[in-house]
Amino acid sequence: MTTVDQPREPALPSERGLSRSYPRPRRAPLNWVRGRGLAAFVFLLPLLFVFGAFSWYPIVRTAIMAFQHTNFVQAPTWAGFQNFAAVWHDPQFPIAVRNTIYFAFLALIFGYPIPLIAAVLMSQVRKRRGLYSVLAYLPVVIPPVVGVLLWKTFYDASSQGVFNTILHWVGLGPYPWLQSQQWAMPSLVLYSTWANAGATIIIYLAALIGVNPELYEAASVDGAGLLRKVWHVTLPQIRGVLLVTMILQIIGTAQVFLEPYLFTDGGPVHATLTVMLLIYDYAFGNSLGGDYGMATALSLMLAGFLAVFSLVYWRLTRSWSTA
Amino acid sequence: MSKPASGTGLISELEWQKPSTRWGMRTLHALLLAGLVVIGLGPLLWLAKAAITPTIDTISNPMAFFPHGAAWSNLSQAWNGVHVSRYFWNTIVIAFGSWAVQIVVATTGGFALSVLRPRYAPIVKGLLLATLFIPAIVLLVPLYVEVVRLPIVHKSLIDSYWAVWLPYGASAFNVILVTRFFDNLPREIFEAAEIDGAGPFQLFWRIVLPMSKPILAVVSIFAVLVSWKDFLWPYLVLPNPNVQPLSVRLPSIESQTSLGVFLAAMFIACLVPIAGFLIFQRSFLRGTGLGGAIKG
Repeated sequence: MTTVDQPREPALPSERGLSRSYPRPRRAPLNWVRGRGLAAFVFLLPLLFVFGAFSWYPIVRTAIMAFQHTNFVQAPTWAGFQNFAAVWHDPQFPIAVRNTIYFAFLALIFGYPIPLIAAVLMSQVRKRRGLYSVLAYLPVVIPPVVGVLLWKTFYDASSQGVFNTILHWVGLGPYPWLQSQQWAMPSLVLYSTWANAGATIIIYLAALIGVNPELYEAASVDGAGLLRKVWHVTLPQIRGVLLVTMILQIIGTAQVFLEPYLFTDGGPVHATLTVMLLIYDYAFGNSLGGDYGMATALSLMLAGFLAVFSLVYWRLTRSWSTA
Repeated sequence: MSKPASGTGLISELEWQKPSTRWGMRTLHALLLAGLVVIGLGPLLWLAKAAITPTIDTISNPMAFFPHGAAWSNLSQAWNGVHVSRYFWNTIVIAFGSWAVQIVVATTGGFALSVLRPRYAPIVKGLLLATLFIPAIVLLVPLYVEVVRLPIVHKSLIDSYWAVWLPYGASAFNVILVTRFFDNLPREIFEAAEIDGAGPFQLFWRIVLPMSKPILAVVSIFAVLVSWKDFLWPYLVLPNPNVQPLSVRLPSIESQTSLGVFLAAMFIACLVPIAGFLIFQRSFLRGTGLGGAIKG
C-alpha cells in the first residue's frame, strides 16, 4: 500500500559546503534568509493562513462562544454557564441524546459485522476482485443528498413504494418506514449502512491482504479449519484496524445530521431528533437569528463526551490492541 | 502479479484442491457478487430507469420496466426547466476552487514540513494532528459566525465561493498524506539538485511535484469528491439559490417539479462522481486504504 522505503545511501561528505545536509537545515540566525528559513516560512504561509483562520481560530472561538451570548447586533456578553444550563434543561436534550445513542448503537449492529464478513469473503476472491471492490464502493461515491432523497423515494409508505413493492413479492408489508416513530430510526440506519459500508470494506480488505500468509500456513499445519483460522488468525491480526474503525464509526455516527435532516427533519414526533440536529436548530433553525451560545455549548458538550469516550475506549482496548 | 492472483493465504493451496472447499467458496462468492450487484448497483440502475420514465408510471408501479415507454423529456426538463445546468456549473466551480486551495495548501505545507523543515515544524505538525481529533461539529457554528463577519476586515463572505473554498483547504488529512509521501522521496535527488544550483522554489516545482503525481492524484480525487458531496456547509454559507451547488438545490427541486424530472436531476447529479470513480478507481480504492492506514 504505502510507498516502499528507498534504500538510502549514506550522505556524501559535503563538497566545499555547497550541499546542505538533509533533513537538517542550517540554523544560524544570520543565515535565516539564505538558509531556507525564509523560504520555509513562505511555503508554510498558505497552510498557516487557512488553518489559522478556518480551523485553529474557530476551535478556540467555540470554547469562548459557549460562555457568551452572541448575536450579530450587539457585542457578545459574558454568560457563564447559562448556555450549558439552558441546554441541560431543554426538554428536547434528553430526547436528542437518546436518539443519537440509538442511532449509533443500531449503526454498530448493522454496519460493523456486515463489512467485515464481506471483506473476509472478498479477500478470498481469486478472479476479478476489483469488480467486487468497485461494486461495494459504488454507494460511497454517490452524493449523500442524492442517496438520501433517492432512498426517501424508496421508503414511500404506500403499497406502491419501491421497498413495499419488492417486499410484497415475498408476501411482506406494506411497512410505514419513515412515517412511524418505531421504524423511522432503523430506516435511517439502513440507508446509512448502505452509504458507508463500502469504505469500511475497502479499509478491511487492505488490512486483510497485509496479514502474513505464514500464519495461516502454521495454523493449517496445526490442523485448523477455515472458521478457526478466521477466528484465531485473521481477526487478531487485523484487530488494530477493527478497533480504530469502531471508534471512528462511533464518533461519526454521534454527529449524524444529513439523514435525520433530509429524511424526516427529526420527526415523526422527535423520533429522529439527534444531537447534531438540535445544534443546527439552536443555531440556524430560527430565521430571526440563532442562539449561537447554546449551539456551541452543546457542540462542546458533545465533543467533550466523545473525547472522554475515546480516552476510555483507548485505555480499555490498549492491552488488546496491536501497537 | 507473476502468478495468478491468489487469496491472502487464508485458504491454502492444498485446501483449495479439495472440491468441497472450492465449490463452497465459489458458491459464497457468487452469492456475494449477486448481493453486491443488487445492493451496490441496484439503486443506481433504478434511478437511471426512473430518470427516463414518465412520473405516473414511477408512482403507480415503480418496479415495472417502461410499461408505457420512456420519457426522455425528463432529462431535458431537468437540465433546462429547473436550471440544473446552472447548479451543475456552480458545483463544478466549487469543486475546482476547493481542489485548487487544497492542492496549494497540502503541497506547499507538505514541502515545508517534510523537505525544508524549519525549527518550528514539529509545533505546526502537532497543531495539525490535533485538528484530526477535534470532531467537525465543533467548527460549524463559530466558522459560520466568522464567515458572516470576518474578524479584522469586517466583511461578509456569505454567498461568496471563498467561504466554501478556503475552509476545505484546512484538511489536516491532506497535509499529512502529502507530508508522509514527501518524507519517502530520496533525499539524494534534492541534494543533487541543490548542487546544481536549484533554490527551494525550483526544488518544489521541478523535482518534488513531478515526483508526487500518485499522491496528488489521490488528494485531487478526494478533494473534488468531498466538495461534490458536501451539503450542510454550502447550504449555510450560500443562501442565494443562484450560486448554490446541485446537492444543495436538490431538496428544493423536489418540491418544485414532478417526480420524474426530480429523479432525472438526481441522476445528473450522480453522473460526474460515478464516472470519475470508474475512471480513477485505482486511486480511489488506494486512497481509502491509505486513509485507513493513517487513521490506524
